[in-house]
Amino acid sequence: MDFTTTFLGLNLKNPLIASASPLTSSVESIRRLEDNDIAAVIMHSLFEEEINHEIHQIDHFLHINSNSYAEALTYLPDEVDFENLQADNYLEEIRRIKESTDIPLVASLNGISAGGWIRYAKKLEEAGADALELNITYIPTSMEMEGYRVEQMYIDTVASVAEKIDIPLNVKMNAYFSNPANMAKRFVEAGAKGLTLFDNPTRVEVDLELLSPLQRANITTSYNLSETLRWCAILYGKLSCSLCANTGIHSGEDVLKAIMSGADATALASVLLTKGEGEIKQILSDMGEWMAKHEYESISQMKGSISLAHTDNPSVYERNSYMYALQHYRR
Amino acid sequence: MSKPTTITVDGNEAVALVAHKINEVIAIYPITPSSPMGEFSDLYSSKGQKNIFGSVPEVFELQSEGGASGTVHGALQAGSLTTTFTASQGLLLMIPNMYKIAGELTATVFHVAARSLAAQGLSIFGDHQDVMGVRQTGFALLASNSVQEAHDFALISQAATLRSRIPFLHFFDGFRTSHEVSRIEKLSDEVLKKMIDSNLVAAHRRRGLSPDHPVLRGTAQNPDVYFQGRESVNRYYQALPEILQGEMDRFSALTGRSYHLFDYVGAADASRVIVLMGSGAEAVEESVTYLIERGESVGLIKVRLALPFAAEAFIAALPASVQAIGVLDRTKEPGSTGEPLYHDVVTALFERGESLPFKMPRIVGGRYGLSSKEFTPAMIFAIYDELSNTSPKNHFTIGIDDDITLTSLEYDHDFILKNPDQFQAIFYGLGSDGTVGANKNTIKIIGTETDHYAQGYFVYDSKKSGSMTTSHLRFGTKPIKSSYLIQKADFVAVHQSVFLEKLDLLDIAKEGGIFLLNTPYSKEEVWSRLPRVTQERIIEKKLKFYAIDAYKVAHASNMGRRINTVMQTCFFAISGILSKEEAMAKIKGSIQKTYGSKGDVIVQMNYAAVDTTLENLYEIDVPARADSLLELQATLKGDMSEFTREVIGKITAFKGDTLRVSQIPDDGTWPTGTTQYEKRNIAQEVPVWDADTCIQCNKCVSACPHSVIRSSVFDISFLKNAPAGFSAKGAKGKNFGENEVFNISVAIEDCTGCALCVEVCPAKNKSQTNLKAINMVPQLPLREEGIAQWDFFLSLPKMDRGSLDPSNLKESQFLEPLFEFSGACPGCGETPYVKLASQLFGDRMVIANATGCSSIYGGNLPTTPWKKNDEGRGPAWSNSLFEDNAEFGLGFRLSIDAQNDRARRVLETLKPHLDGALVEEVLGAEQHAESQINAQRDRVEKLKHSLKTLDNEDAKTLLELADYLVKKSVWIMGGDGWAYDIGYGGLDHVLASGKNVNVLVLDTQVYSNTGGQQSKATMTGAVAKFAAGGKAGVPKDLAAMAIAYENVYVAKVAMGANDTATVKAFVEAERYDGPSIIIAYSHCVAHGYDLKYGFDQQKRAVDSGLWPIFRFNPDKIKEGENPMTLDYKGPKIDVKDFMYRETRFKMVEKMNALSAGTFLQTAAHTAESLYARYQNLHAYYEPSSKEA
Repeated sequence: MDFTTTFLGLNLKNPLIASASPLTSSVESIRRLEDNDIAAVIMHSLFEEEINHEIHQIDHFLHINSNSYAEALTYLPDEVDFENLQADNYLEEIRRIKESTDIPLVASLNGISAGGWIRYAKKLEEAGADALELNITYIPTSMEMEGYRVEQMYIDTVASVAEKIDIPLNVKMNAYFSNPANMAKRFVEAGAKGLTLFDNPTRVEVDLELLSPLQRANITTSYNLSETLRWCAILYGKLSCSLCANTGIHSGEDVLKAIMSGADATALASVLLTKGEGEIKQILSDMGEWMAKHEYESISQMKGSISLAHTDNPSVYERNSYMYALQHYRR
Repeated sequence: MSKPTTITVDGNEAVALVAHKINEVIAIYPITPSSPMGEFSDLYSSKGQKNIFGSVPEVFELQSEGGASGTVHGALQAGSLTTTFTASQGLLLMIPNMYKIAGELTATVFHVAARSLAAQGLSIFGDHQDVMGVRQTGFALLASNSVQEAHDFALISQAATLRSRIPFLHFFDGFRTSHEVSRIEKLSDEVLKKMIDSNLVAAHRRRGLSPDHPVLRGTAQNPDVYFQGRESVNRYYQALPEILQGEMDRFSALTGRSYHLFDYVGAADASRVIVLMGSGAEAVEESVTYLIERGESVGLIKVRLALPFAAEAFIAALPASVQAIGVLDRTKEPGSTGEPLYHDVVTALFERGESLPFKMPRIVGGRYGLSSKEFTPAMIFAIYDELSNTSPKNHFTIGIDDDITLTSLEYDHDFILKNPDQFQAIFYGLGSDGTVGANKNTIKIIGTETDHYAQGYFVYDSKKSGSMTTSHLRFGTKPIKSSYLIQKADFVAVHQSVFLEKLDLLDIAKEGGIFLLNTPYSKEEVWSRLPRVTQERIIEKKLKFYAIDAYKVAHASNMGRRINTVMQTCFFAISGILSKEEAMAKIKGSIQKTYGSKGDVIVQMNYAAVDTTLENLYEIDVPARADSLLELQATLKGDMSEFTREVIGKITAFKGDTLRVSQIPDDGTWPTGTTQYEKRNIAQEVPVWDADTCIQCNKCVSACPHSVIRSSVFDISFLKNAPAGFSAKGAKGKNFGENEVFNISVAIEDCTGCALCVEVCPAKNKSQTNLKAINMVPQLPLREEGIAQWDFFLSLPKMDRGSLDPSNLKESQFLEPLFEFSGACPGCGETPYVKLASQLFGDRMVIANATGCSSIYGGNLPTTPWKKNDEGRGPAWSNSLFEDNAEFGLGFRLSIDAQNDRARRVLETLKPHLDGALVEEVLGAEQHAESQINAQRDRVEKLKHSLKTLDNEDAKTLLELADYLVKKSVWIMGGDGWAYDIGYGGLDHVLASGKNVNVLVLDTQVYSNTGGQQSKATMTGAVAKFAAGGKAGVPKDLAAMAIAYENVYVAKVAMGANDTATVKAFVEAERYDGPSIIIAYSHCVAHGYDLKYGFDQQKRAVDSGLWPIFRFNPDKIKEGENPMTLDYKGPKIDVKDFMYRETRFKMVEKMNALSAGTFLQTAAHTAESLYARYQNLHAYYEPSSKEA
């Protein structure tokens, strides 16, 4: 059975990619993923805040009370050299992972503002990343911030990162745009060579004892796959970029559905966190079984086969079919 | 001679750079102003920098200067080149070893940043009292007068000590030289190697003790030989001057800088000559140059080698024309016939007598510059004028107005020596705004990267919070000799506009000068916001006036409230020192140099600030007339004594130099409770109480480090007269009646804005969970209303102390604090404990306070926080030294007990003449509870009344002593530097004494006051000075050591983790009739995080198990109970969750991940083993298990 596919111009032995998660944060765990036949890995994200603020914060507290009082002009030794910075370590990790694994490695940056952190994109490339994923998460809380400005911010960020690097750039986009298809097009125009559909935002919880909101990881199930399938299907064949299905890929069947909808690859996180790396082989085996049973020879054969352009029932992806589904439900 | 490298450093660094290169062992102990020499050495060694012999010097911190000198002595005796750095009391503690080192003819150099000694008061500032206090030890004394000389003499003295075998004390003026930043020529390793004769080093090593060639030193000698032995060294001292001059000459050949035992500067035919040493000589040289240009025949002798005094060389240095000599000593020897240098000069000349090469001149001595008192050209001219008199005043003082013994010389206060060559700039900043750092950087830029000479000197406030810093910067094309503060400035920058509300800061501006103001107001508004006097100064002096909103620019560049780069850019942009383009390029270059290693982001952030600064800096059009209605505000407010107003008021207005001798208390006694008048208004935001949300727990009151939050319960009827905005709510608690209301008030003018109160508040507003029962709001709009509310709160009746349970946290916080508005840092972790003690026992406390933070915020002039209650009672406080505090406090106890004992005996004698029942009651009274003590006070009052009716000597005696019949509570307070290190021997002895003293250890786990050096309390993995890579060892368990005595009350507390246990510990400790010690976790600015989370971190420290909290009460053993109460349940969270929230721990991870991991493991192990230790103790003392 031929599972091979290409994503971001990278040849993958199968369509399963480990999405950015704690499982992709160390050489050891990435090697375990590789041993279980993962095709590629997206590293855990390096956050803009880590690049910008970690050292800033230490520097701030080293100096904040200095030169105020004659007997204590400083309170900590201040001419020290810092080495082990999160951002620098990330680069070092990339080097180590590349040395000890053979699968493609996608570095991941998470940020939104225009600032010094963008410079790090080039450093990630130099450190050996095969591609870069940009995870842009901006939650506008100001009512004065108009939608088109938010969109432009996303586009500007993508453009400024794309400009800095020669390796392919993947944008992990979210589904909350007025027209995700248009945003997808603009991301590609701005330099993205691939799109991940979609980012899975953290979950908000409330602690009633503390009377405080909390942020929690959002563990998905196959049930969460719907929007991913819809937009893979809509975008398939329309853009000169790869598509990666994300959010809700839990089984071999989910992978097949995503590929048929138009994805070039699929990204896994929740399933690996809940079931362990061994599940990768299970998924591949289930895929193989289904394909054998239904006499498919390769992944490429089925890619986009039920997309908006190729399906026998395009209305499912459109609004009128939504009405139909509701009516059907009432019955 | 290769081209020398130019560096811009302060005196301490200049010395450390040399000393670290030419020594193998460095034993140190921190003391201001010498600490940075040790810190630099530690830093160099921690970075692996080698000495000229190819090894990395071993830098070791001891537990005291006594210990450091012992280690120096030992290292020398074992053959290594060894040095130390110290000052003041530290040097005094080294005296015994100095005798030994000199007596054994051992080559070493002690580098001393000369400082005042503690007499009527402590002073951290510079004079020669410490150095002159060790004249008798046998050390040679070598004085350097400037940063360059300190650098050079550090080497010359080492070369000379090796050749002469006489140990050297190389000294320079504390602060004036140790902290003056100056451009100097750096000595190359090549010069160092040439100056240090390897044969002499080898000879030194060969004299070291070794079992391979054993000898014996340190014998006990008898009358037959001791005397001869003492005299056997004479020839070494006789040879020393020539040896030193020889080394100076060799140095001169290598560097081109020429020095002599005595350097004469001045007219060849001078008739009047001043003789002195230290930085003052620079100012005299500057004045001499000025006077000679005006035709005066004056001269100066700079004394280099103060001891042994080379009389011949001195006489040879004097011009033959000399007729009058003024010898200036920067020291004071009360009762002597003159100070040491004067004595030496007089003796030298009179011993030569008739054979002098000139007629015996008039010789007078004078004192100047004690405690860094300014020494200016005007004063120097007055001395030269005095020397013109046929009978000049002898034993004069200069620089003060001695209106009692009339020693002082008059001088022209208006005279200012113009240095047209110099550009002089003065900057007023806030401690935390980065002004000083920026100015140090500016000096480095100009001093290192241009041909200009540069000098920087910085003056700090005596408060640790909201303090004003003044930077004095001079630049010029000629070497700068002005060793005094700027008197007229070409450029005045005020980095905080609030300073203008109280101070006339532009008086110092030169006509036509530049004034730069950081102001929140717009270009159009800024003029109208200035006080009238500021406007007038700008107009009359024709100042060019520039303004910027630096906070806005800093904020926009993500730099928070640090305006250093912004204001530095402004200075370069408008001062004209460099062209604008050159200046901007140099600032950016310097930013890259400073922050390069810390990441590109910080560099870019600073670049952005530089670029946006210029767009936001504007020149203000100055109107022709001053129209402001704003008058300068008084620095003290309220109804105060004349002394407070006239004396303390002058000091707070920065006019303390004008106070006359008669106005200063002659025995160091000052009034208490004066911080209440200083309304500093330093907080931008202050807490405001929300009565409806409040659950009346009083936690905010207990946490407030500055005692600005108070609570009270009172009858609702008082509210009739309450001012607007004063709220109150029905009092919760079974002790309160229906008509009683609860209120929390805030002294917003005294608040430092730390927000600790908000963080500790457990109550959230039900409708808006981002609000609590106490919330920070901008102070300015609230000010008037807030003042009225606070005044009203103070007018409310005080709650009855007898009706409150002091061991209950909530009720304890209704007690009036007798410690308020101290100068401690915002968010201080020590002061809540100090305040608590004052609330509980203030009216009967006598406090011995070890030198350190608590003695500074507790007793640094001008205003002090300890205060009296309405009855006139309150803590009596004193600071003796750093090392002896426990013994000092024990002395209080012994003395009070002696007085009490005598009072009881006299009372017994007088019993037949008095009400027998009353006498019995007085003698037999229990005095534990507040009510019992009050009852005893009443009895004693009755007794005193009766005594007045008796005509009898015993009655008169008892009248004097009767107050000792009421319990006095002796408290011994200090930090961990004192309790764990320098004072531990004494503390241990006092704990073993069985006497009723209460020890409070304010444990910040670091020497906070001197800038964060490690102590034995420092936690594993914490970075501190002298533990730059993080402390590897485990902190000492002082509590366990005290428990071992079994009759000592021991408590380890953390108010943020368990305030109830904390209050109980204080009450139990005081009640225990024997020694008690409370070790209190105190968060500190040296820990490196926002201290508003201080209590949260205390809780984490306890939850991690690294700060076990418990109480060990020996009274319970007698009662058959377990004396050990564990107030925590063992490690509950990962040590990392506590440690990595603080920079002191976190930075290790960023410096060395490997050791960071090891430290975490060690800490986790410590947490477990501490819990096991205390659980075992608890189990051991469990009554049932003991019976078993």
